[in-house]
Amino acid sequence: MAMASEAPKDGFRLSMLIYDTRFRSFTIQVIVLILVLLGIAWLVDNTIQNLAAKDKDINFGFLWNRAGYDIEQQLIPYTNDSTHGRAAIIGLLNTLVVAFWGCIFATILGVFAGVLRLSKNWLVGRLMTVYVEAFRNVPLLLWIIVVFVVTSETAPQPKDFKVTAEMIQTGTEPAAQKVLFNTIAITNRGWNIPGPLFERPLGTLHLGSVPVNLSLLAVLVVVIASFLSNRAVLRHAKRVQEDTGFRPTTWWKSLLILIVPVVALLVALGFHLDVPAFPADANGVSKGFNFQGGILVQHSFTALLIALSLYTGAFIAEAVRGGVMAISRGQTEAAYALGLRPGRTMNLIILPQALRVIIPPLISQYLNLTKNTSLGIAVSYLDLRGTLGGITLNQTGRELECMLLMMLIYLTISLIISSLMNLFNSAVKLKER
Amino acid sequence: MSDTHAETAFVRTEMLAPALPPVTERGAIKWLRENLFAGWLNTALTLASLLVVVMLLAKILPWWLNGVWNATSLGECRTIAGPEGGACWAVIKARWHQYIFGFYPQDAYWRPILAFALLFVALAPVLYYGLRSGAKLIGVVGVLTVISLALLDHDIVHVIVIAGLMAGLFAISWVAPKRLVYVTILYPFLAFWLLWGGSIWKPVATMLGFGIMVLVYRLVQPRLGVVMATAIGFVAACIYWLFVQGLVTNALAGLPPSLLPVNSDQFGGFLLAFVIGVTAIICSLPIGILLALGRRSDMLLIKTLSVGFIEFIRGVPLITMLFTASLLLQYFLPPQTNFDLILRVVILVTLFAAAYIAEVIRGGLAALPRGQYEAADALGLDYWQAQRLIVMPQALKISIPGIVSTFIGLFKDTTLVSFVGLLDPLRGVTQIVRADINWKGIYWEPYIFVGVIFFLICFSMSRYSMYLEQKLKTDHR
Amino acid sequence: MAEAQTKMQVSDEVAIRISNMNKWYGTFHVLRDINMTVNRGERIVICGPSGSGKSTLIRCINRLEEHQQGDIVVDGTELTSDLKNIDKVRSEVGMVFQHFNLFPHLTILENCTLAPIWVRKIPKREAEEIAMHFLTKVKIPEQANKYPGQLSGGQQQRVAIARSLCMKPRIMLFDEPTSALDPEMIKEVLDTMIALAEDGMTMICVTHEMGFAQAVANRVIFMDQGQIVEQNEPKEFFNNPKSDRTKLFLSQILGH
Repeated sequence: MAMASEAPKDGFRLSMLIYDTRFRSFTIQVIVLILVLLGIAWLVDNTIQNLAAKDKDINFGFLWNRAGYDIEQQLIPYTNDSTHGRAAIIGLLNTLVVAFWGCIFATILGVFAGVLRLSKNWLVGRLMTVYVEAFRNVPLLLWIIVVFVVTSETAPQPKDFKVTAEMIQTGTEPAAQKVLFNTIAITNRGWNIPGPLFERPLGTLHLGSVPVNLSLLAVLVVVIASFLSNRAVLRHAKRVQEDTGFRPTTWWKSLLILIVPVVALLVALGFHLDVPAFPADANGVSKGFNFQGGILVQHSFTALLIALSLYTGAFIAEAVRGGVMAISRGQTEAAYALGLRPGRTMNLIILPQALRVIIPPLISQYLNLTKNTSLGIAVSYLDLRGTLGGITLNQTGRELECMLLMMLIYLTISLIISSLMNLFNSAVKLKER
Repeated sequence: MSDTHAETAFVRTEMLAPALPPVTERGAIKWLRENLFAGWLNTALTLASLLVVVMLLAKILPWWLNGVWNATSLGECRTIAGPEGGACWAVIKARWHQYIFGFYPQDAYWRPILAFALLFVALAPVLYYGLRSGAKLIGVVGVLTVISLALLDHDIVHVIVIAGLMAGLFAISWVAPKRLVYVTILYPFLAFWLLWGGSIWKPVATMLGFGIMVLVYRLVQPRLGVVMATAIGFVAACIYWLFVQGLVTNALAGLPPSLLPVNSDQFGGFLLAFVIGVTAIICSLPIGILLALGRRSDMLLIKTLSVGFIEFIRGVPLITMLFTASLLLQYFLPPQTNFDLILRVVILVTLFAAAYIAEVIRGGLAALPRGQYEAADALGLDYWQAQRLIVMPQALKISIPGIVSTFIGLFKDTTLVSFVGLLDPLRGVTQIVRADINWKGIYWEPYIFVGVIFFLICFSMSRYSMYLEQKLKTDHR
Repeated sequence: MAEAQTKMQVSDEVAIRISNMNKWYGTFHVLRDINMTVNRGERIVICGPSGSGKSTLIRCINRLEEHQQGDIVVDGTELTSDLKNIDKVRSEVGMVFQHFNLFPHLTILENCTLAPIWVRKIPKREAEEIAMHFLTKVKIPEQANKYPGQLSGGQQQRVAIARSLCMKPRIMLFDEPTSALDPEMIKEVLDTMIALAEDGMTMICVTHEMGFAQAVANRVIFMDQGQIVEQNEPKEFFNNPKSDRTKLFLSQILGH
């Protein structure tokens, strides 16, 4: 029995702090903690000294002071008499609205381009490759600036749209025309787009200082309700199929449920689009200096929206293509061999699997898009960074507070989006060993 | 019964020669039918795309081809191009040097060019360690450098000296490729000196700090292990940099050799984009690796710190980081420290990129089978050996596409530095050009110029990563 | 084989001693009161149904798994949480895995020289000579410059054995070395292992290859539910099993 060195069981030696697996990680963590705390203390100490030197303190009271600047695009009422805090909220809403529409347009564009890129059609595939590569390899900032400069600097003045008496006599057209079936006028001041108008509105409800348009709210409620009832119909169809083996036709029911209530409500409210136009007299001669009716959308918003959608669309196209290609051919073949038709194969076999691959990168693209809205600075779009992190910061000189608040808000938005993604991921995770 | 039997029994008396497929099934017709006109939907798509292409070309081609190269103002361009209009490339011809170098002194253009060329020399040992293939790269770069210098620099002495230097480096890479590692180690300091100028002793004194770190590490490592040695070495170097380096630099400041100092606000254009991009790319990789390892660590504190850092950085837009660099960093540093804006921006861009790199590498680490770790353990490798020899080579290889696309994103994002007052090629320089009375109102040409350069760089980076991926894959199968 | 048996001498020296060892995964009691002693030169085969803890047992011997109670002494070094001891044991004990776990980014030769160079601090040239010696021994010297992915499963497993041998281990652990292999490749790996046994290596082998057990083992251990149920000389173990559990197991694996 050669038991050379029976290690002593007990007794603590200092070297065990490093060489014993039980203490080693503890030792390292304590050292790291000390270093981190030292670093933080150093930073805080510096900050305190610097603030003292500049005779400043940390105080968020400025948020309740008068802002004193105007914001062109406002989703809730705001004047330059409102507070900095409210200006920040306007900015946040502007960030969210451009992010929201950006996500929608980018998804449509991306899915479209991604699917077309997979098509067997050589020409279409190549065109989409050019689109994707052109946008992926050139800075987003360039697209924002180019779209902005081109739309704002080349667009005609509002007066170019005017019809004069001479024109009617000579039968000539005005210098500029509205686009898209004569509904949208792009001028050097912005985009005049049609706005929704209700003849018999339900009025507005004031929640604190935020007005809520009840008509729009009613439409929203009806749309959601129809979607829910449509799902009930589909569930019923599924149950019938499971019981009897035959699936009742549902498409006309779905169509009916989805469309009829909304249309009925819109008719009841007297909905129509308010197309921007010059007021005209009986002969059709335009009066005034600018368009009336509709909504004037700032160039900064449209440029940001268009550039963000095109840019993110290119990335989404790649995600979609990757997702569909990740599903092996064997899956399609297996479905065909079981006798499923191409449409069913797509719905039951390919899409559920492809979505699992596509959705995570898709959501991270949404996250990127939301963060990239901060590039609105290039076109003076007053989003969160433009208000809180821009004008408010410069006016009040409270860099530390403004930056901190702004970062926290962005961080919150990002964390919400990524927790949605995690929820989705854990919901659809393939059950594997 | 009997006649079916007769049909089943069959003997071939004559073999069939292989025949060509029908006309519609071969050659160009087959290709056209399959790729452009398969079914009515496909045909419609083809026709629609053709229409789009033709319309675009009809609009762009004449404008492009009718471009004017020699003019002094936009007005002159328009006169020359005539009523049908044409691109005004004259603006590029007049201002290209600003797009490339910003306001860098013209007499000193050889410095950034040489720094750029030496970058490839420094990269050669990384890409082809100990192989002669590096010599090919250095040869090509050397020839291009000498040519561009001959075109740009009026001082023939510079051209000759640099030609000699490149030839010398080429010779080294041919005879003893491993020796080039020294160029790689010295490169950061050399590039700093070349770009910013001033006394050579400042970078040398800074380098000394790293020397101290290595020395302390060597002394301590056998006794206390890798982690402690690194930490102590780092602390020693920090103490040197904070308290001693200033004295050393001041004492040696007056001594030659020195170059004409260039201020950071004179940097601009693609020079600036490259300085920020390359530095941030190189520095973010090791930090990203450490963060990824930290995020996978068993130690709760280290894991929490890594996750917190990564998620914070990934949760805020880059612009806020840049504003932090320009507005807030001064609050966090000791009073009266006043260091360069480019350096501040580089630090924050590096941290930003490191968080993204960390996530990419984490994906690569997760893809490694557990057996690899177990085998490394069973052979008796310690943690850092296992990471360096077994885990990282494989994880990095898996992550190449993600790393490169992060780098591409980083390079594109260097344009955002214009918002903190630096002269990036896209917005900064173009704004200056467009503010010039001669070129007021021009927009397509400068943006196309800048866009094309960005496209070429980013596109070739992504293609190179695909090539690399393919090459590394075939190596092992 | 009789001649081979005489070569395989067992000494009195203790190589591994495990006493009163217990291990839990969470609350699940994987290994229950394990006591065993392995003398130098012994060839031990551990068998048992899946989930019986046999892999966990040998993974405890080089501390890929941590045990919570009892002692394991390998080659005079007790396995505690002391890193130095763990390093020492791991460099003395070689291990071969079910899925080979070769490093796919390194050539066969590099796989074999890696640990000797970095752990044993042997000069590279010398390490390569050792590696080629063992690659010749497992009969694949010509594959030295290929990558693992280019080899068949049997060849990969032989490389894995050579890789462990390059560390000049005094004890070898085999964790189901043949279960991931195609039938025709099993033989080439078993031949390598038999050759190793004839050289007098101390081996502990988790396997279901009963032919191998009969040919080279001087002891067979049967485990079930985390416990050693029966151990005996192979002849006795196969011809005259004592426990009902062993009889059932043997009838299941030898029945067809």
